[in-house]
Amino acid sequence: MAIFIISVLSLFFGIALGYFAIRFRVEGDPVVEQIDAVLPQTQCAQCGYPGCRPYAEAIAKEEAEINQCPPGGEDGIKALAELLGREVIPLNPENGSADEAGRMIAVINEETCIGCTKCVQVCPVDAIVGAAKHKHNVINEYCTGCELCIPPLCPVEECIQMQPIELTVSTWKWSQPSSCDEGRAA
Amino acid sequence: MKKLWTFKGGLKLAGFKKLSKPSVVKSLPIPKRVILPLRQHIGEPAEPIVEAGEKVYKGQVIATSKSFISASVHASTSGTVIEIEKHNIPHQSGVSELCIVIETDGKDEWYPNIKPNLHPENLDVDEIRARIREAGIVGLGGAVFPSAAKLKPTRQIDTLIINGAECEPYITCDDALMQSCPDEIVQGVLLLRKLLNPIECIIAIEDNKPDAIESIRHSIEKLREQGQGSVTTINVIAVPTIFPTGGEKQLIKVLTGKEVPKEGLPYEVGIVCLNVGTTAAIRNAIYQGTPLVSRYVTVTGPLAKQPANYEVMIGTPIEDVIQAAGKVKADNCAVIMGGPMMGQLLPHSQSPVVKATNCILLEEIKPDINTNVMPCIRCGSCSSACPMNLLPQQLYWHAREKSFKKLEHYNLPDCIECGCCSVVCPSKIPLVHYFRFAKSEMKDHEISTKIAEQSRVRTQAREARLERMKREQEARKAKRKADRLKKKAAGKKATKQKPGKEALAG
Amino acid sequence: MPDNISAITSSPFVPSTDSVARVMRTVIYALVPGVLIYIALFGWGVLVNILIVTASALLFEWIMLLVRDRPVKVYLFDFSAIITAILLSLAIPPLAPWWLLVLGSFFSIVVAKHLYGGLGYNTFNPAMAAYAVLLISFPLEMSMWTAPLSEGSHSLNIIESFEYSLFQVLPINMQYDALTSATVLDHIRTEVSTGKSFPEIGWSPAFGYLAGKGFEWVSLGFLLGGLWLLYKKIISWQIPTAVLTGLGVSSLLGYAVNPDIYANPLVHMLGGASILGAFFIATDPVTASTTPLGRIIYGIGIGFLTFAIRSWGGYPDGMAFAVLLMGMMVPLLDYYTAPKVYGARTR
Repeated sequence: MAIFIISVLSLFFGIALGYFAIRFRVEGDPVVEQIDAVLPQTQCAQCGYPGCRPYAEAIAKEEAEINQCPPGGEDGIKALAELLGREVIPLNPENGSADEAGRMIAVINEETCIGCTKCVQVCPVDAIVGAAKHKHNVINEYCTGCELCIPPLCPVEECIQMQPIELTVSTWKWSQPSSCDEGRAA
Repeated sequence: MKKLWTFKGGLKLAGFKKLSKPSVVKSLPIPKRVILPLRQHIGEPAEPIVEAGEKVYKGQVIATSKSFISASVHASTSGTVIEIEKHNIPHQSGVSELCIVIETDGKDEWYPNIKPNLHPENLDVDEIRARIREAGIVGLGGAVFPSAAKLKPTRQIDTLIINGAECEPYITCDDALMQSCPDEIVQGVLLLRKLLNPIECIIAIEDNKPDAIESIRHSIEKLREQGQGSVTTINVIAVPTIFPTGGEKQLIKVLTGKEVPKEGLPYEVGIVCLNVGTTAAIRNAIYQGTPLVSRYVTVTGPLAKQPANYEVMIGTPIEDVIQAAGKVKADNCAVIMGGPMMGQLLPHSQSPVVKATNCILLEEIKPDINTNVMPCIRCGSCSSACPMNLLPQQLYWHAREKSFKKLEHYNLPDCIECGCCSVVCPSKIPLVHYFRFAKSEMKDHEISTKIAEQSRVRTQAREARLERMKREQEARKAKRKADRLKKKAAGKKATKQKPGKEALAG
Repeated sequence: MPDNISAITSSPFVPSTDSVARVMRTVIYALVPGVLIYIALFGWGVLVNILIVTASALLFEWIMLLVRDRPVKVYLFDFSAIITAILLSLAIPPLAPWWLLVLGSFFSIVVAKHLYGGLGYNTFNPAMAAYAVLLISFPLEMSMWTAPLSEGSHSLNIIESFEYSLFQVLPINMQYDALTSATVLDHIRTEVSTGKSFPEIGWSPAFGYLAGKGFEWVSLGFLLGGLWLLYKKIISWQIPTAVLTGLGVSSLLGYAVNPDIYANPLVHMLGGASILGAFFIATDPVTASTTPLGRIIYGIGIGFLTFAIRSWGGYPDGMAFAVLLMGMMVPLLDYYTAPKVYGARTR
């Protein structure tokens, strides 16, 4: 009798679960969206993946660690750790160092530009404009500082360089104040 | 006797007011150059309407703006414009902004079009407002909000408050103004009353300034005797000397019991509040026709040789002002623009006096100022002292962690950075520094998030475009292939048919 | 202009009016009247306690600061270890063996304070945590309180007190029984648990004019010190008032409902650690609530829990456990009792 009841219950729950799995199926993987929302969208490929979205997918599949993103820095690792319930680990130094100098954008020296369009094609956010054989220009507001366009991609010396964004009253930031934990051996 | 309310928190501080002897105002020699930043106010910067090489007169407008929240810039003395370039502005960051630099000719000649108005009472409200706007007048209490934009309320104003509180230690420029030009202030109040039509009109002065209170009351009495009966409705009220009573939000609470709504403006509760200096400038703009070209600046501090109030032309290099006041030689002398509680530490004295400069404080700051910080012992003294009823302790913990959501929850944007919490903290934690740091990190985070979102959208659009181009290319290839095959097939058919025809023909 | 100052320094440029050391020192001064009365009425054993615990507390503090690589001079002389030591030594019976004192000191400074992060980071009141550990581990030693001096015909001078603490040796002719006695709360508890009601318990030598003999004066001494602390604005009025109100109202209700088994409110308020707890232990800033409303709830909770543990729990005095229990609620209290910011819109 007990066996009969248990079997009926299992059958019932099995069918119910199967039905719900199909009826309430979520398209795509919401975790990937959430991870992507935390990543800085620099699209620089320093993590080893061709953009932020592929890296987000790799993290979701647990193929990649959360410490591969230099533009995200320590804050980014912390945010990912909180989101996914994983441990905070230090930034992987092989990929580059965190953005200590502040935001950098690419600037083209129009005198030396030969109009080869290599940088136009590689820019992941279409921030460089310019037709073939014409001077190219970087649109400052769109540049993420990914550094994919600078030499060795650009064939001309000193044509395209990374420069820090202009410091104005609104972009200047207060430094982190001293705390009681200073003077401590690491 | 008017009823007064109190605000929670606040501190009684040593004033050091007598140091700068506010009963006397000195003048300075004309500086060799004046450097006029195009943005000395909240809002859009003005755009220059003069060029390098042009001769300008005192009071001549040299930069204007079409934006509603903006102000014009005027030449503060006569001379020649030598350049319009980036120069250091008086800000803790030491950044440079576009300035008009005038080499002075020492004559200090007024612009010929500037004439006193003999019948200011005949001007209508719109004209008065227009002249205030043209005169480039902004809030001289430190907030530098363009005054003309403030004087067009969309609802009935219950109370007009003229702020003569000046609660910060050391600063006495408003006190000096009230003692030397009380008539101008009172006439200015009458003008404002005409503009705003308030039910109540109050001039608030802290009770540590008996001379100023006496001076204003005397002026009101004098004008009443001269026939201006309406002045008697102006109420001069002595408010208790507690820092920061002079803060707009706190003063409104003390005088009316109302609180300015969170993220709102005083006019939402029917109040307009203006500084005494702004009021006097408005009066001069209407009566004398003169724009804002100079202001009173207190130069004071333990390291000032001759602390006093000076009438300074806007654009005078701060170094010139310090030279005139005499500076005691000291290795650690810091130049602070503003008072000791809320002022900005300037990286050097190469920037000019701007409309916001109410005080230049010369103090000693020891290099080890930040090395005695102890852990927070959670005593709660900071929340007892906070005039905005915040919990600085919680803000401190979350600012350290940059937890932006929690900072919003505990109302970090409402912090007026008055400094009361830092002063009372037994652990000497630089709380205001933490809050400023957190605010700039929050703003930066917002900007980064916007940029990231934009980048994501553009990346996806680019990928979609590349995908589409690839598909189109393949479609074209496939079509070409199909065409070629068709042609081939058609060709075969033709060659098959042709021999037949020829055979027939042949 | 000094290098690197402007980039890192923000207003205010006014010297801070207060320091941690000053706050702690003022608390120590406030403890003095109560402690002096205690020594006067109960003998040198009290002072021996204080000296041994304080000395070992400072030693442990020094060791931990070295181990944790913190600036020794700053933290050793901020007096916080001394306050913990004094409060702990008051909670341990006088003439307790030295190893008990040192163990308590070790637990409070090393475990409850430094292992949780040091000054400002400890979750639980170190003195109370150590007291709880000692009470549970060594119930016998922790309940051997001394009788007030007026009772017995004995009194140990300071050397003898030290000797007793270190070697458990009494001077010749002195009986151990003459030294010890139950405290009034102890007495009440044991008698009530045998089923007697208050009229039957009658007047025991443990009772004084208002409450426990001797202890009532000590409590009044601490009350004086506590009021002085209030005047100096070192502590805020909410916690002591709330603790005493909570305790007073609960005991009043208990007494009103059944005066036979519940002691009268005055015994509760002046007996045991009530006053000391209300003004010095519950007000420990690091572990107490920080918002005004939160503090009131915190205090009332402690008052009520003290009464509850004393009347229905397993220990004669519930103050320590009440403080520890309410301490666990503090983060929750703080979050839900944040005051309304200036200008908060009423939606």
